[in-house]
Amino acid sequence: MQTEAQLADRPDAGATEPEMADDVIVDVRNLRTYFPTRTHVVKAVDDVSLQLRRGRTTCVVGESGSGKSITARSILQVVDAPGRIEGGSVRLRTAPRDGREAEVVTLTDLHPRSRAIREIRGRDISMIFQEPMSSLSPVHTIGAQIIETIRLHEDVSKAEARLRAIELLRRCEIRDPEAAIDSYTFEFSGGMRQRAMIAMALSCNPQVLIADEPTTALDVTTQAEILDLMRELQSSYGMAMMFITHDMGVVAEIADDVVVMFRGKVVERGEVREIFANPKHPYTRRLLDSVIKLESRSELKPPEAEIVEAQAPTILSVRDVGIHFPGKTGFMGKQFAGVRAVSNVSFDLKKGESLGIVGESGSGKTTLGRAIASVRPPTAGSIVYSGAGAPVDLAGLTGPALANYRRQVRMIFQDPYGSLNPRMTVGQIVAEPLKMNKVATGKALQERVADLLEQVGLPPAVMERYPHAFSGGQRQRIGIARAIALDPQVVICDEATSALDVSIRSQVLDLLIELQERLDLSFVFIAHDIGVVRYFCDRIAVMRKGEIVELGPASTVCDAPTHPYTKALLSAVPTPDPTQRSMHLRARYDDSAE
Amino acid sequence: MASSTGLGKSAPDNAVSDDSERTAFGEAEAPGADVYEDMPAQGNPSVDVASQWQLMRWKFMRHKAAVVALWFVIGIYAIGLFCEILAPQDPNETNGSFAYAPPMGIHLFEEDGTFNPHVKGLTSERDRLTFRLEYAVDPEVIIPIRPFVKGDSYRMWGLFEWDRHLFGTVDPEANFFLLGADRLGRDNFSRIIYGTRVSLSIGLVGVALSLAIGLVLGGVSGYYGGRVDNIIQRVIEFLRSMPTIPLWMGLAAAIPLTWPPLGVYFMITILLSLIGWTSLGRETRGKVMSLKNEDFVIAARLDGVSEFRIITRHLLPAFMSHTIAVTTLAIPQMILAETALSFLGIGLQAPVVSWGVLLQEAQNVNTVATAPWLLLPGVAVVVAVLALNFLGDGLRDAADPYAK
Repeated sequence: MQTEAQLADRPDAGATEPEMADDVIVDVRNLRTYFPTRTHVVKAVDDVSLQLRRGRTTCVVGESGSGKSITARSILQVVDAPGRIEGGSVRLRTAPRDGREAEVVTLTDLHPRSRAIREIRGRDISMIFQEPMSSLSPVHTIGAQIIETIRLHEDVSKAEARLRAIELLRRCEIRDPEAAIDSYTFEFSGGMRQRAMIAMALSCNPQVLIADEPTTALDVTTQAEILDLMRELQSSYGMAMMFITHDMGVVAEIADDVVVMFRGKVVERGEVREIFANPKHPYTRRLLDSVIKLESRSELKPPEAEIVEAQAPTILSVRDVGIHFPGKTGFMGKQFAGVRAVSNVSFDLKKGESLGIVGESGSGKTTLGRAIASVRPPTAGSIVYSGAGAPVDLAGLTGPALANYRRQVRMIFQDPYGSLNPRMTVGQIVAEPLKMNKVATGKALQERVADLLEQVGLPPAVMERYPHAFSGGQRQRIGIARAIALDPQVVICDEATSALDVSIRSQVLDLLIELQERLDLSFVFIAHDIGVVRYFCDRIAVMRKGEIVELGPASTVCDAPTHPYTKALLSAVPTPDPTQRSMHLRARYDDSAE
Repeated sequence: MASSTGLGKSAPDNAVSDDSERTAFGEAEAPGADVYEDMPAQGNPSVDVASQWQLMRWKFMRHKAAVVALWFVIGIYAIGLFCEILAPQDPNETNGSFAYAPPMGIHLFEEDGTFNPHVKGLTSERDRLTFRLEYAVDPEVIIPIRPFVKGDSYRMWGLFEWDRHLFGTVDPEANFFLLGADRLGRDNFSRIIYGTRVSLSIGLVGVALSLAIGLVLGGVSGYYGGRVDNIIQRVIEFLRSMPTIPLWMGLAAAIPLTWPPLGVYFMITILLSLIGWTSLGRETRGKVMSLKNEDFVIAARLDGVSEFRIITRHLLPAFMSHTIAVTTLAIPQMILAETALSFLGIGLQAPVVSWGVLLQEAQNVNTVATAPWLLLPGVAVVVAVLALNFLGDGLRDAADPYAK
């Protein structure tokens, strides 16, 4: 391992400035960035040292709040107030340019709004962000934005810059770059926007590219393409790349070196194969374990065949369901086309079974889940529930019958922050369904709430607290307590774990499995993450553009998919093993084939 | 395997199995413990159980300018509430021989050094050419000033007769113009203090009324949407498209001249709020619209919560804080509107005393040149409006403590 020698602990950088090795372009030493709050100081980045080397990709990996993004922002001196760089140094070796020799600049000595640092941003170091929509201007064409960046840093004519921009777009594999250069961001899909963003970042041949979770907001198939592109560009430009991510699969796919961060500190660093093969720090091990755990079916669950072949009665029968959002009739009677979110979806949910619904964004899976939870009625087909007594069709339910259906078919929401009323205490939130359905009052109600909280692994003392006192995983537990409060038969989980960190994800899934055993629940589990579904579900339905393209036992769908789309989806999922980089071999599914 | 709770101190799960590793990490930093960055690992008990209003107060207190403005606003309203006591004289008492008398400075000591707060008397002489009264300070005449003197009598809050003033001349008949006198020799200082009551209360009454209309119509518009929303929004657009000053003039002209000044005052308030509710209605509508699609509201619906309870328990508290902020920002608008109307002579009329009415006196350039102190009610308007605006800004920033 060539890095280990330089990465060994050193005395404080402030005292002596050690020489930078020739291939080190950015040298971060003992960086500390703090955020003062009302009661205390949050040490977002606490004594972090790392090096970015020419031609190598350094993945900074950690869960939310580990300080990985703040580290990147500190390098460029774009930390949001009230955050401040308290100590340490960031040094950059600039490229020889305009007849100037290469020199080492200490970025932390420059004023955050100085001309010197502005010249470095975008020219020597450029950055791409997670959300391509908000980092590109919606009111300028893609081309105008790239041309502006080029002309800001280099003295070239508009026509020349335009030619360069077209060339950049072509290199970023944007189809028909001559036309694309004059389009606006809203005309692009998420993946295309991220490509445009990359083109812009590369416009001045930067030496360092900092990518802050560039693929997190994208679907897995798009993510695979962007990762391909970034790897290809990195080697052809010979840049150093700092790639921030929380996903160990992505790390395995793209990293040369890995830096693991936890609560603002670097806990482990090393070459990627070494980290995966032989993690030293318990946190790294824990991170890897929770990813590998999601690579196969949960050990807590009975064997899949047992459930799939069991003669359990059907509890929910979805037949030919279609959901159509009608278009608006505009001024002067003009008709706007509607959206067919779900069409002709049919499946049966058996008692005690977990059915996974997988699909990429826009596949209609959430709309379908909400229809089953009776948030919005389907426009076609029927949803028949036969959990208690005679089968009932959701479409015809009103008043008490609908309330009864809603008691038995409950929902867990994706966003643990938005789904709990921030103005109610946890006790009030969990008690609400009980109170509203007159299940319990007074002391019995309190006891029931305490019992529910205990069932989801929270001490009853948290009843007094407000949701803001809890982290994402804990809030999701509160949401689960509310969902199971009325002894439901069916629970619909709408991306219930996708907003959570990976190590929390498996804990919440294990909790759901445990509750399923104890309370005899049936789950409709909606997710975009194959790993989660494989871990949790017995059968899987793959949705695409509002239709189910494949439905079968989890092992069959995951290991031997028949539909080409499922194949493409599965092969685009990065494997957490750097020795088996397989993404470039993935199956592709061509849209235009239909 | 029992699921770990991840609550602060809870044990890290199976990944860290052996004891030596755990101690190497320290208890407080259980790896991957489910705690996010804004919180210290052990949690903060006072923040954890802090309600919405508590969080708002903390956030508001950090806004220094708003806290100062809050004290200003409290001070100004206190002046309005106790104006009879605070004003040294009856605001409507005229004194022809002191027309446009200049402000008198308070002296604390006499020439020989004895402590005796006083003002010097004025002698007046009519200029033979301009027929204007020219004033000169007469150093011989000493008018002593004392706290809690007996002066002009008044009915305190219309309840009981009283004659004490916070400060004033010992001799009730003496003339004392701290901020000068107007055309009829009335005390400018007392009139500004009395004007505070009317000018600030017209803001409150007017805003209360437009708040009621705005909340109801905006709420209905946002919650139900569709045709109702369409109608209400078009009405708002219509109201907002009308030029306000001519409209006010027209409406004010429609008030019968025979009405008592107080009746006119209430009519003006109602007129102002009938036009002023529109922006509040829009804000409420937007807030309700975004809130009703929040996951927690959908969750409440699925929990079987009735529509009434959803509105009162989930929606109202969520935008109440915001509404308070918007209301605070609406009061200065009302004050300015009243001032503008009264200045133009179509709002309040003498003998009612408001800042706008007082400023009417300063409409003439010649008057302003000879008696610039008549512009002082304008300073009062500026101070009040600025204080309320700063307060409103602070409240608005604090209104949503859950925003990222």
